Amino acid sequence: MTLFFQLTLYLYLLATAVYVAHFLSQHKQVRAVARAILLAGGVLHTVYFVVRYVAAGHTPLTSSHEAVSFFAWSMTWAFLSFWWRYRVKNFGVFVSPLISLLMLIAAFSSQEMAPLPPALKSNWLPVHASIAIMANGFMALAFCGGVMYLLQEREIKKKKFGIFYSRLPSLEALDDLNQHCLALGFLLLTLGIITGSVWAKQAWGAYWQWDPKETWSLITWLIYAAILHQRLTMGWRRRRAAIMAIAGFAAVLFTLWGVTYLLGGVHSYVG
Amino acid sequence: MLAESIVIIGVNHKTAPVAVREKLAFSGDCAGPLLTLMNIEGCQECCFLSTCNRVEVIFVASDPAAAAVAVRGFLFAKSGLADAEAQQYSYLYQGMDAVDHLYHVATSLDSMVVGEPQILGQLKQAYREALEQKTTGVILNRLLHKSFSVAKRVRTETNIGGSAVSISYAAVQLAKKILGNLQDKSVLLVGAGEMAELAAEHLVRQGIGRVIVANRTVERAVKLAQRFNGTAVGLAELTTQLAEVDILVSSTGATDLILTKDQVKPLMRQRKNRPLFLIDIAVPRDLDPELNDLDNVYLYDIDDLKNVVDVNKAEREKEALRAEGIVAEEVVKFGQWLEGMELAPTITAIRQKANAIREAEVTKTMVALKSLSENERRSVEMLANAIVNKLLHEPMVFLKNSDPHDNPQLKLVFVRQLFGLDKDSSEQQPPRENV
Repeated sequence: MTLFFQLTLYLYLLATAVYVAHFLSQHKQVRAVARAILLAGGVLHTVYFVVRYVAAGHTPLTSSHEAVSFFAWSMTWAFLSFWWRYRVKNFGVFVSPLISLLMLIAAFSSQEMAPLPPALKSNWLPVHASIAIMANGFMALAFCGGVMYLLQEREIKKKKFGIFYSRLPSLEALDDLNQHCLALGFLLLTLGIITGSVWAKQAWGAYWQWDPKETWSLITWLIYAAILHQRLTMGWRRRRAAIMAIAGFAAVLFTLWGVTYLLGGVHSYVG
Repeated sequence: MLAESIVIIGVNHKTAPVAVREKLAFSGDCAGPLLTLMNIEGCQECCFLSTCNRVEVIFVASDPAAAAVAVRGFLFAKSGLADAEAQQYSYLYQGMDAVDHLYHVATSLDSMVVGEPQILGQLKQAYREALEQKTTGVILNRLLHKSFSVAKRVRTETNIGGSAVSISYAAVQLAKKILGNLQDKSVLLVGAGEMAELAAEHLVRQGIGRVIVANRTVERAVKLAQRFNGTAVGLAELTTQLAEVDILVSSTGATDLILTKDQVKPLMRQRKNRPLFLIDIAVPRDLDPELNDLDNVYLYDIDDLKNVVDVNKAEREKEALRAEGIVAEEVVKFGQWLEGMELAPTITAIRQKANAIREAEVTKTMVALKSLSENERRSVEMLANAIVNKLLHEPMVFLKNSDPHDNPQLKLVFVRQLFGLDKDSSEQQPPRENV
């Protein structure tokens, strides 16, 4: 089982290296190779989850290792699904390092399979946890898009065309990407909070109890809600939207790790 | 030598000033010149290329020296220049030099603006007309096809045509990087000078949605607007229009700034931060340089654009060097093909191929038949030898027989194709109608 994880990790790292090679050389064949490796990684990653599910006897989304690994999995598949309908030039070279980084973090977390705490024995576990983490996947893509936007804009503003100008897509395309990812991510985030709340009512008898994770999820949700609202009404597009996508992702990361390690609470067995 | 029968005679922007080139006076039609050229004695194949920067005749002749004089005479017929002068203004390439030159033309390395894409299309058109008049044969068909594929190779393997080397085109490329698709975007031209017109032309060609022209004299604005199917407005409407458009090209003769940061700042809120690309090609400048500090506003003045072009030009020169390498490589390949297009090398190649097949098959069989005695083995080898020799006998006779009515090159091509001798170096294609 660890073999699957190790192999997936190596494939992601390899895909990252090949994406970087493509970014520098811009040979189409190299990109095709990178994508094939990433796809193979995504497939193997899926196999890893299935195997772990069977071995554990419950949805493997209860430890830090599992959550982060699933985070990487959602990013990979969200990215690959883009390629099907919505293509962004040289997106892969920004996304694949982040996927690899997440996998490295997962690799260094404890991979032990703990028995499921009684409170988590529910059909809501797979629904709530997977939706919430998939939201993170899209927010991570929006983050990558935001970084790309700022890099590209910098070169256009400064009138010094370096490595990015010709390689990155137009500012307009990057802004569209931002909106696309945020909209999908926000939808999933909302669903994640709702399902969590329903589950909380069943498990603990209250929809909301201001557990730190809940609080921070709400804060994250409010940040993204503000971004989308401002975008639609006030025209927070482009540069500001890119910065906000990066800031929002910081909140996502804090909700994922900061809360667990710094604040504790009922979600703490996740980690 | 077959190679020496290929000749190119021509005139281009490097060898003759426009005053001379325009005297040659060839209109768009190629059929007339092609037929005249084919009547020149000893001219076996020809292709005629005429663009605004060059006139070239590519031909194959049995007596190249004599044909060259006649072709030059034809080229300069209408100019009234004597042959001595004509020689000064024209160039003559023969053999592998001609191949090298044609590849340079096709890949735009010989063009005024290196990397420009039109020349390839013009060369293809010239070839198409030659095909219609049936003036090309074995050699030119292959040579021209090869020149197209070399040009394609250069396009895909180098970045020779990648970046803009004119100011107006650089502006269009930037507009695309900032605004993406231009179809739903609009441009406001302030001042109706030549540069503005050129930029607008490029933008229209790239599919810009709407053109609005504002000018001090309204008649001029109306005139320019009509050309681009746009609308004309007075200069007083500048800020109103600016709330709507995506690109502004300013080229007025005003001595002061016509647009300042403070004027545009409130507009950006009104525009809901839709980006604004400002192009200032006026000298002295029309637009406040500080405008570039505003969020989502991108200001490029004439010097900025010139810098972009200079950088791109340097880049192009580097790419041109790589293209030269590709051309040199391909010239050698064509030389190899030409060498093979003689009788002796073709016979050798057929024999080599047959022997290689025979040896491979015999070895394979011997492995399976280990029990054979030495004598029996020899018999098998002799059998194989005999089959190969008997099979090759008739084709060899066919090749060596020189019937005066036959076209020997056609025969060679036919046999080479039959035996698949040129397979690895992308085979001879039959002339297609849709080149």
